[in-house]
Amino acid sequence: MTGAADKEPKTGNNALNGAEVLLRVLDEQGVEVIFGYPGGAVLPIYDALFKQDRIRHILVRHEQAAVHAAEAYARSTGKVGVVLVTSGPGATNAVTGLVDALMDSIPLVCLCGQVPTKLIGNDAFQEADTTGITRPATKHNYLVREPGALAQTVREAFEVARSGRPGPVLVDLPKDITVGGAPLTPPALSRLQRFRRQGGPDAAAIARTIEAMKTARRPLFYTGGGVINSGPEASELLRRLARKTGYPVTSTLMGLGAFPSPDPQFLGMLGMHGSVEANMATHGCDLLIALGSRFDDRVTGRVDAFSPDSFKVHADIDPSQIDKIIQVDVRLEGDLRDTLEALLEAWDDTPAPDLTAWWNQIASWRSVDGFGFTQDMTPSAIIRPQYAVRRLYELTQESGRDTFVSTEVGQHQMWAAQHFQFDKPNHWLTSGGLGTMGYGLPAAVGAQVAHPDALVIDIAGEASTLMNIQELGTIAQYRLPVKIFILNNRYMGMVRQWQELLHGSRYSQSYSEALPDFVKLAEAFHGTGMRATNVGELDDVIRRMLAHDGPVVADICVAENENCYPMIPSGAAHNQMLLGPDQDSEAAGLTEEGMMLV
Amino acid sequence: MADDIQKSVISVLIEDESGALARVVGLFSGRGYNIESLTVAVVDAERHLSRITVLTSGTPQVIKQIKAQLKRLIPVHAVCDLLEEGQYVGRELALVKVVSRGEARTEGLRIADSFRARAVDTTAGSFVFELTGSSEKLDAFIELMRPLGLAEVSRTGIAAIARGPSVFHLNEEPV
Repeated sequence: MTGAADKEPKTGNNALNGAEVLLRVLDEQGVEVIFGYPGGAVLPIYDALFKQDRIRHILVRHEQAAVHAAEAYARSTGKVGVVLVTSGPGATNAVTGLVDALMDSIPLVCLCGQVPTKLIGNDAFQEADTTGITRPATKHNYLVREPGALAQTVREAFEVARSGRPGPVLVDLPKDITVGGAPLTPPALSRLQRFRRQGGPDAAAIARTIEAMKTARRPLFYTGGGVINSGPEASELLRRLARKTGYPVTSTLMGLGAFPSPDPQFLGMLGMHGSVEANMATHGCDLLIALGSRFDDRVTGRVDAFSPDSFKVHADIDPSQIDKIIQVDVRLEGDLRDTLEALLEAWDDTPAPDLTAWWNQIASWRSVDGFGFTQDMTPSAIIRPQYAVRRLYELTQESGRDTFVSTEVGQHQMWAAQHFQFDKPNHWLTSGGLGTMGYGLPAAVGAQVAHPDALVIDIAGEASTLMNIQELGTIAQYRLPVKIFILNNRYMGMVRQWQELLHGSRYSQSYSEALPDFVKLAEAFHGTGMRATNVGELDDVIRRMLAHDGPVVADICVAENENCYPMIPSGAAHNQMLLGPDQDSEAAGLTEEGMMLV
Repeated sequence: MADDIQKSVISVLIEDESGALARVVGLFSGRGYNIESLTVAVVDAERHLSRITVLTSGTPQVIKQIKAQLKRLIPVHAVCDLLEEGQYVGRELALVKVVSRGEARTEGLRIADSFRARAVDTTAGSFVFELTGSSEKLDAFIELMRPLGLAEVSRTGIAAIARGPSVFHLNEEPV
């Protein structure tokens, strides 16, 4: 077996090998971009990629980043994100991203190399039980064992990823399957008929909802990422329903952008770091209509004190989310777009109810201005992080460009959610459910690849961004003009905040010791670095950053001890918000029981 | 919360494919649900369907979640709560090895007879009894055998099916 003829796998006359079949199916599924990293088990796929020019491959610097980039690509386009990684460490590195996508309902297909089928179970080089490891990390996963099953399995993976509540799907591809010949079987009738969009929402449930809506005096829409996942049409329908009814709207972190945040009917985000008016309205409403949100603990606070006096309606595409945490009065199972359409139709020309008293109450909560802060405008004054985000938003607005914002995880993420405004869906990219530090930089890569002409900003913290800082290499290679706006407070800020409030200010391991010089770091990766150390320098740095047509790392040195307020401490109720540092923490419900919670 | 814990017998029709059982078991362990017994076997070879019967317990809210979460698994075709649906028949099989001689041996055989247990293996010093019935009946038999030389027990966990003409339907329409 040494002849030259043996080096090319025998695939018969004009036959395709598995890798080529795989790429044909990807093409058929409309895939334009893959985020990946090569390795031994996926070499046949990389070879097939080399020989074609329909699908673009973005080479990341770490598999975790490939998944986050694909997540942002998916979130910002509504398409399925595609990842390609090798066996063993390639697969295990991808796991964090897969769980992140699972928690935030992001449609992904992760193609993963595997050792040849004959070696599976033998502890072969770079072998891992990938389907075993990723079973709870994905919506579904597959190991392709027969060449004949390859094409249909990949098709089904896409269908599972995008149908119903979207999520990540992994396809494990042993090397013999991609090297050897495989049939490009024609698309067959899918076994997933049951995943097709369900019929319209239950008419009786719609009627009960409308009945409650007609008599409600203190109603509230509580919207989530499901509105975004349902497509831009769902956001549009939400806006129309809110206009017709005159109801206030609050949103989860994942739902930001579905309803325009500068709108007077928008109360801001609710939950642990939500606005005073959103949380007080959630606590005080008499009708709560949850749309594509899942009563996450960051939203509900103390469950038995959550929105105690309201009639509750829950609309979600995933029936398992309804009655999971909060028992509701009406279930509306189905795609949000259909549900909103049915609600609009049933509401019809009902005149907007008189909600003056409710809006007056909301206005009084609003006047507390929980997001307020005081910035000393002396040029040499220290920049407060909230002010930096506000100025970033205002100057971005002036530029008039289509803007996508990603974040890392922590205080800066909350300040971005509080102070940056969103008026369109699919433009806010953040790790909500899993809270993955290191998400924002690769996410910015994915968004910029999907939208080459848009302005893409990663609002970052100095600690989080270091978790995937190697992606500056990807940014350089593809000349992605991503802006990394680091709110550098030299602390893992949210950890520091909790240690201050709950652990007697013992700042155990939360100081960012030995930070790199971010300006030099940017330069080392062929980008541009900038730094603002005081208020006087801030606007200039932001303007230069926005004007620069290449990648920029902006090191914004901000106040080190700033806390993120308002804050509902774990285990407290919505009407027990901490508003600022001067408030008595015991009165605000900081309890030992709460300390046990995350 | 702990006072309204109830038992539940859940039947699951699932595609007989690699890893399918692991998905179900992983769902229970990952979400902290309880498995008191679990049985599984192929029931429709043509359509590659297995039936899993899980005996579980939890608050009504947890039981509802277990069913909803099971339905999310891609290979799961149908989920049925037999307690909720009405009357059901639940049966378990046990193989019970009793090692004894003399008086205890005779007594063991007498009790086995009254339970309609069958001796499926007999030696001069031992019996293996096969017994089918409700879990309670099996418990009672094993307790009685304990002082009579009970050496080893193997139980299947319960298989269950609804009484009456109602049939556990598939979600899918036939292709």
